[in-house]
Amino acid sequence: MSARNLVIVLALAGLVALLALVPSVANGYQLSLAINIMNYTVLATAWTLFSGPTRYVSLATVAFFGIGAYTVAVLGEVLAWPLVLLIAFVIGFMLSLLVGLSTLRLSGVYFVIFTFGLAELVRQLVTWYEVNVTRTLGRYVFVDITTEQIYWQLLALAVAVFISGWLIQRSKLGLALRVIGDDEAVARHVGINTTMAKVVLFAFSASFMTLAGAVMAPRWTYIDPAIAFNPVVSFQVLIMALLGGVHRLYGPVFGVIPLALLFEFLLAKFPNHFSIMVGIAFLLIVYAIPRGIVGLIEGAQLSLHRLKGAKA
Amino acid sequence: MSAPLLSISGLTRRFGGLVAVDGVALEVRPGEIVGLLGPNGSGKTTVLNLISGALKSDGGSIQLRGRALEKLPAYRIAREGVARTFQLVRVLGSMTCKENVIAGLAFGPKSRWGEEASLAAHQLLVRVGLASRANVMTSELTYIDQKRLELARALAMQPELLLLDEWLAGLNPTELRDGIELIRSLRAEGRTILMVEHVMDAIRSLCDRCYVMNAGRKIAEGTPKDVLADPEVIRAYLGDADA
Ligand SMILES: Nc1ncnc2c1ncn2[C@@H]1O[C@H](COP(=O)(O)OP(=O)(O)O)[C@@H](O)[C@H]1O
Ligand SMILES: [Mg+2]
Repeated sequence: MSARNLVIVLALAGLVALLALVPSVANGYQLSLAINIMNYTVLATAWTLFSGPTRYVSLATVAFFGIGAYTVAVLGEVLAWPLVLLIAFVIGFMLSLLVGLSTLRLSGVYFVIFTFGLAELVRQLVTWYEVNVTRTLGRYVFVDITTEQIYWQLLALAVAVFISGWLIQRSKLGLALRVIGDDEAVARHVGINTTMAKVVLFAFSASFMTLAGAVMAPRWTYIDPAIAFNPVVSFQVLIMALLGGVHRLYGPVFGVIPLALLFEFLLAKFPNHFSIMVGIAFLLIVYAIPRGIVGLIEGAQLSLHRLKGAKA
Repeated sequence: MSAPLLSISGLTRRFGGLVAVDGVALEVRPGEIVGLLGPNGSGKTTVLNLISGALKSDGGSIQLRGRALEKLPAYRIAREGVARTFQLVRVLGSMTCKENVIAGLAFGPKSRWGEEASLAAHQLLVRVGLASRANVMTSELTYIDQKRLELARALAMQPELLLLDEWLAGLNPTELRDGIELIRSLRAEGRTILMVEHVMDAIRSLCDRCYVMNAGRKIAEGTPKDVLADPEVIRAYLGDADA
């Protein structure tokens, strides 16, 4: 490892250690904000893992997130916590493989619509089941998990997403996805099994989203399908990732932090017009900064570099 | 005479009512450079698309060393040893030249990765005359350099059969001379090539044999000299005198 890489790794480890200390200094409100940010960091980064390189826009985020939450609502009281998480992971992985195999042949707008439809379908299925079989729409989530523990688990999940993403980027799979994102026909003609590559990555990304949902479930104490499968979550994740920039793994974080704060503010000020506000934020971001904040920063660095070069 | 590397028979492809490729048969033997000629719209690109699996055929067979290709998906055909370039050049826009070549090295049957791929990519860039541009983004390349890069990516796959679709089109005279030399050097190392081409000089100096298509059908085959003198070929290129 070069000296520069060592410094980066140590700095990142230090950052994680600092973040782990947040619960000991934050008050209740701040901790809940930190949990919110951490949750969206996991979701938006997991989203970018797949959608960044392939440029397939998925609105299924909340389908997986909600399935994770429901796994906890159903099994949380009966099984040990690590086992519950494992089961959530497995369910998310299997379902995403199934979805991936059946949809990743679709391209462009068809894929977007399908993923949106999927989230709605899962919500309707759960609703139907609860109404007709269990005969109660909502569930209480009784598990012995403190707010601090939720935060730490999300932090661990965020670290896992980043490490996996980093490993994938350096792997053949990572290159395969970039080739697919650039030109799918070329990808096939250099021997890439494009369907397989996309499905594997989609499943990876969805499993993290499912785990985030499972970890977040104890926050609510009460959940019903409308809460767990709220489509606004999928849109928020999309907007955050786009604002931050999806061509870098760390890009979404730059969108998550400002937007989590903004959404918090909007939700408090305009509870009845929240969805419209989210929509407007979305339009502004896509028009004003198509390459995201990270793209802006890199563009500025490049211009500065050129300016210096021109003067020298 | 050696057994054919590629043999195609009865190959047919329709687009709606149009029969773009109509019962075409052809053969390419190991080490040969074979030309595929014909006026615009005669079905040449479609034939290459069918061989490489970009399109599925409506009938006929395509065999590489006796293995049937016509049912395989494009990525499997690539792994069987078929590489191609595109009539409208296709480079990977978000990557450097070197990464483009590595994309050709990493996924084939003789997959190379890491240090080994990096070295091989460099050699291939030298080969096509792009050594100094290894870390340049492909979007900054000139048209000829993009074509060179596309060829390097195809060669990276160490294909048994290389398909070139008007690779020499749009080059100025100097570039054309370089391009012809480059393809000639491929023959010297024993590559087998099926090339769609309009540039007569290139056809005469490079091709061992040619097939000529018109309106989806094969109308002539033989040495470049013979087919270019064939009255039906001349009529096809100049348009029907009676029409
Ligand atoms: N994907 C396609 N869809 C519909 N028609 C096509 C398609 N590809 C080619 N064609 C038609 O098939 C015919 C042969 O085209 P092509 O193989 O590109 O000819 P060439 O390469 O000889 O100029 C043309 O009439 C063209 O318009
Ligand atoms: Mg053509």
